[in-house]
Amino acid sequence: MTTESPSVPALKEALGSAILRAAVVCGDTIVYLARDRAHDVLAWLKDTPDQSFDYLTDITAVEYRDLERPLEVVYQLRSLERRADLRLKIELDPQGDLRVDSVYDLWRGADWLEREVFDMFGVTFTGHPDLRRILMWESYAEGHPLRKDFPLRGHFSRAEQVRRALSLQPEEHYSPEELELVARRLRKDDTGRVPSHRGGRA
Amino acid sequence: MSRRTVELTLSTSGLDADGKPTLDPLGIAAPGRPDRLAGEGMMVNIGPQHPATHGVLRLVVELDGETVVRMIPHVGYLHSGFEKLGEYRHYNQIIPLTDRTDYLAPMANNVCLALAVEKLMGIEITERCTVLRVIACEMSRIISHIVWIGTTGIDLGAFTPFLWSFQQREMIYNLQEAWTGARLTTSMTRVGGLMADIPEGWAEELRGFTRNFPKVLDEIDTMFTNNGIWCGRTQGIGVISAEDAINYSLSGPMLRASRVPYDVRKDRPYLDYETYDFEIPVGEHGDVYDRYRVRLEEMYQSNRILEQALDRLKPGPVNVDDPRVILPPKSRAMSDMEAMIYHFKQVMEGIKPPVGEVYMGVENPKGELGYYLVSDGTAKPVRWRIRPPAFINLAALPKLCEGALLSDVIAINASVDIVMGEVDR
Repeated sequence: MTTESPSVPALKEALGSAILRAAVVCGDTIVYLARDRAHDVLAWLKDTPDQSFDYLTDITAVEYRDLERPLEVVYQLRSLERRADLRLKIELDPQGDLRVDSVYDLWRGADWLEREVFDMFGVTFTGHPDLRRILMWESYAEGHPLRKDFPLRGHFSRAEQVRRALSLQPEEHYSPEELELVARRLRKDDTGRVPSHRGGRA
Repeated sequence: MSRRTVELTLSTSGLDADGKPTLDPLGIAAPGRPDRLAGEGMMVNIGPQHPATHGVLRLVVELDGETVVRMIPHVGYLHSGFEKLGEYRHYNQIIPLTDRTDYLAPMANNVCLALAVEKLMGIEITERCTVLRVIACEMSRIISHIVWIGTTGIDLGAFTPFLWSFQQREMIYNLQEAWTGARLTTSMTRVGGLMADIPEGWAEELRGFTRNFPKVLDEIDTMFTNNGIWCGRTQGIGVISAEDAINYSLSGPMLRASRVPYDVRKDRPYLDYETYDFEIPVGEHGDVYDRYRVRLEEMYQSNRILEQALDRLKPGPVNVDDPRVILPPKSRAMSDMEAMIYHFKQVMEGIKPPVGEVYMGVENPKGELGYYLVSDGTAKPVRWRIRPPAFINLAALPKLCEGALLSDVIAINASVDIVMGEVDR
């Protein structure tokens, strides 16, 4: 039950200082990574033939009730071929700069997972092409719900939440990308006017 | 925060200001219209209230003619904050929340949570409990897939199989109701066991169901598999290669239809699945048709597993004999001091797993469902993460739809098999 994954010595040998430490909890191996080199480690794990962690099971984050403890970004990897799992963590200072490199370029599956971690915890993934809220709406102003300093009922009063919900503008239901699309269509209209059903008449 | 005003011309097309018909010389009404239309994208908003989006999913689609150029899905309309709520609840109190995520397979979700906490605490469940949980998981798979086949058939214009499939679903729901008391919100597991053993005569009823069910599947098979319209609407639509399917972290039938034989029941067995005799159906082309074939075949396999599980069902205790997690019988709690203390501690303080964390993945009908629990030694988890298969599968929808026709978007979206309760959590 308490055997360490054979990937750990291989990682230490290949990437040395990027591997901070490793632990075995409930039979699963957890590897702690240095933030700046985490992307290299994940790319190495994906592309090295005898590791071949080709499947990104999950990306999530954990903040502890003990506020002294770091906030962790957690990657759960799987090698479909070797039937092996590995969990990797990056520790961040919850009060500091919550920034890690995106793994979107390695796994497309990271797209929505990273957006969710950003939405729920406020972790910024550098290099993600479309990092915006996903479960909460674009103009949500109460912060990041899964942070421990976020009260269960939210920061605002019920009345304030209702007021904000009712005063949402139609544009706020669209992403910036979609608004840009509409703007482009309107600009392209050769007459310079908003087209109407009687557009031909002078 | 000013409201946007929309100016409307309060006149009827073809009438002048006095209400008399206007006289337009032929041909000048729309000069240059073909030019204006060429290359003009159109933006279509589908949902969130649309029968073919299977819940409150909203898709914004940019079209060139009828071809999808780009698709931007919007989710979150059903977000309930289950993960946050879980941090304020005892482990057994989280089980009712799991019902409401993937509400087409509530029993399988219940099983996953119980397994995760048991792994965290190192509890070995009893043999009867293991078999009953396998039955629960496979019943859920049949419910989920049969609803999928019925509703997807409707999306593509086939109504009859919907009636057949919902009739079968009703039979399973009756069994589920007899066991758990609920059709949807089952909450049937507890850490270390089950809420209740199956009632008298229940196993025979399930056996009766397993005898009849393949015949209904054969009928659905006859109706769809070689049907010209069905094949035309599904074959070669929404194709994703094996390599891309892995890269997009797809799981379940979505992944297996693309020729990747990954099934958690075989690859990381739980509940003694390695001892059951069943096949993992794998598709070839990764299109909508193969996803249909995979799901249909999986129901035959689930039926086989149910039959084997019923053969293995031996009398015995359902709950583990562990006073840390299982309430003592009421009669003992009322007469025995020690039993009363255990009862009190469990109800008032909750189950306290040791400090640690665990990821438990199970093969749900939609794909790999994973519960990641982090415990700090108290009765409430620090973090309860749901790895939602439908959410991750849905993320690949733009990739599947780009280049397809608008009418195919309905077929492709149906083939992903989403449940918004789980996507939004």
